[in-house]
Amino acid sequence: MTQRTLYDKLMSVHLVHEEEGASLIYIDRQLIHEVTSPQAFEGLEMTNRKPWRPQANLAVPDHNVPTTSKKKAHTKDIFGFDKNSNMINSYLPEGRDNIEDPISRLQVETLSINCEKFGIEEIKLNDIRQGIVHVIGPEQGATLPGMSIVCGDSHTSTHGALGALAFGIGTSEVEHVLATSCLWQSKSKNLKIEINGELGEYVSAKDVALYIIGKIGAAGGTGYTIEFSGSTVKNLSIEGRMTLCNMAIEAGSRCGIVAVDDKTIDYVKGKPLSPTGENWNKAVKYWQTLHSDDNANFDKTLIFKASNIKSQVTWGTSPEMVIAIDEAVPNPKNAKNEVQKTSWENALNYTKLNADTKISNIKIDKVFIGSCTNSRIEDLRVAANIVKGKHIANNIKLALVVPGSGLIKKQAEKEKLDKIFTDAGFEWREAGCSMCLAMNADKLEAGERCASTSNRNFEGRQGKGSFTHLVSPAIAASSAIAGHFSGVK
Amino acid sequence: MQKFTTFTSIAVPLERANVDTDAIIPKQFLKSIKRSGFGVNLFDEWRYLDHGEIGMDNSKRPLNTDFILNKPKYKDAQILLTRENFGCGSSREHAPWALKDYGFRVIIAPSFADIFYNNCFKNGILPIMQDNDVMNELFAFDNKITINIETQTIFTNNKYTFNIDNERKRRLINGLDDIDLTLQYTEEIKNFEKSYFKAYPWLCNNAVI
Repeated sequence: MTQRTLYDKLMSVHLVHEEEGASLIYIDRQLIHEVTSPQAFEGLEMTNRKPWRPQANLAVPDHNVPTTSKKKAHTKDIFGFDKNSNMINSYLPEGRDNIEDPISRLQVETLSINCEKFGIEEIKLNDIRQGIVHVIGPEQGATLPGMSIVCGDSHTSTHGALGALAFGIGTSEVEHVLATSCLWQSKSKNLKIEINGELGEYVSAKDVALYIIGKIGAAGGTGYTIEFSGSTVKNLSIEGRMTLCNMAIEAGSRCGIVAVDDKTIDYVKGKPLSPTGENWNKAVKYWQTLHSDDNANFDKTLIFKASNIKSQVTWGTSPEMVIAIDEAVPNPKNAKNEVQKTSWENALNYTKLNADTKISNIKIDKVFIGSCTNSRIEDLRVAANIVKGKHIANNIKLALVVPGSGLIKKQAEKEKLDKIFTDAGFEWREAGCSMCLAMNADKLEAGERCASTSNRNFEGRQGKGSFTHLVSPAIAASSAIAGHFSGVK
Repeated sequence: MQKFTTFTSIAVPLERANVDTDAIIPKQFLKSIKRSGFGVNLFDEWRYLDHGEIGMDNSKRPLNTDFILNKPKYKDAQILLTRENFGCGSSREHAPWALKDYGFRVIIAPSFADIFYNNCFKNGILPIMQDNDVMNELFAFDNKITINIETQTIFTNNKYTFNIDNERKRRLINGLDDIDLTLQYTEEIKNFEKSYFKAYPWLCNNAVI
């Protein structure tokens, strides 16, 4: 039999129909959030269509939700007038769904209305299981090895860490998957990225991801599915593999993937939606086949050494603009071509940095620990361990910790991590995407510089005219204490 | 969806690589639950000098006159020229919605991000890839360009051809609805499900937790 990659296997298992250049593939799970779904539901309604398999979908609000909880209040007190309508109750209940911004509120309520109308399960805002869609999928067992998983969000690549075929789609495709449980795909190429060896102390999956993006570029993986392999990846926790696959999209790959091993199966076991009994045994037997064959053909293979990877900090406006913590901001005169030179000049101009400045000399104003990249319990443990018994520097205006889900928050509180953070001067918030994309109230002001554990440092990403530097949870924590970018002391 | 065959327009040269979808349409406009009206906020942070929010009267906002889209010459442009990896980052379809609503029908670049590229076709926008040498010529041409999708040709003083997947071309030219096309395979999908759920019974479970 031909030797196949894991991606090839997953594509062929889900193949419903094939035409020249396009495959109709079956989608096992669609995750839905409030920002990229309203127009899809509207489309269904306008064409009088019903979801093909409502139970294949799971919804949660996360992008546009507050990370603070409010007391019960009357709309008059908030809006200054009585906005009593079908959408907005005159009494806002106690809890997180008491959203002050009426436009955000309408979007979150529209998700609930649509889910109810179309028979789709939703984890609502006041539910302790609420959280970032890519955190709660694996946490609930809603995403499992071998599944095909889509979501109207590019960081859907995260779920590939479980050996699933997972990628982000646009809203038209969200509607298409709702209506048909299928999606047209053209086959991607296979890229193997192998990382071998042991990572240094405090060097994490986030640093591996940023280092690789720095090497291959923000479009280096375009058109490919990346399979991450090698002893370094094998030794990462499932959370770490999620961080790595999460960032595949920042290298241009819609889909990152890691082969199933015992760690994957241990992780999945006992999750609320995981199979049980006879089905569990069957599933495990199948999942154990979810790896590339020994002689599978990859279109491209890249090999990296873990020992070369140090803690990383981005300096510019694309994740590929990244250096190690002990390096200096590069000089455009050393760019490889004119396009890169212009990009670097634009980035330096925007971020108000001078070429050749040591990154550790750059002061920061805010710190954000959270996002679908780095908001899981082990991220919080690493950061808490570093700030324990210390305090954020005087120049830090705000340091936020936003757990990835209500359940992670609860676990962290059980371990008293919340106390460590608040004693150190951090704010401890409710779960959501928060300052990663700054759609809610958590954002940077113009001119502010942030050490952020999120995934994108684009212009204005965390607020118009603000500067984002992507780092690991360890570097975010140590930089908060130092007041400037700093390795762990 | 609007049908698409041939047309002529001035092309706006946006001299930037890695233009991300956050730049194309910033996050605050994603709070809208509608599919239309994003054009006035296309490239909002580059196009205006102040901070834009949903519901503002954009005609009263101060324009960044240095930004290429604001040059009178490019006022009714329907073609956008740009550099590599256009549309990277977030999967937001609000990006092609904003480009389309503004008036763009064709984007020419050396490369596109995968999700964005796909989203364009769903909205009647044609993304065309040309190598860097051709891109430099198109940038330098700075005049009206004609695009013919039927013959897959770009006309300036010169003539260039481009590739497009046949199925995508057919759907774009005819303005076909993807879901209608897929539902022609209803029986095949049902048959697939029968054998699939037999082989992988745990996937038949529903999402109710």
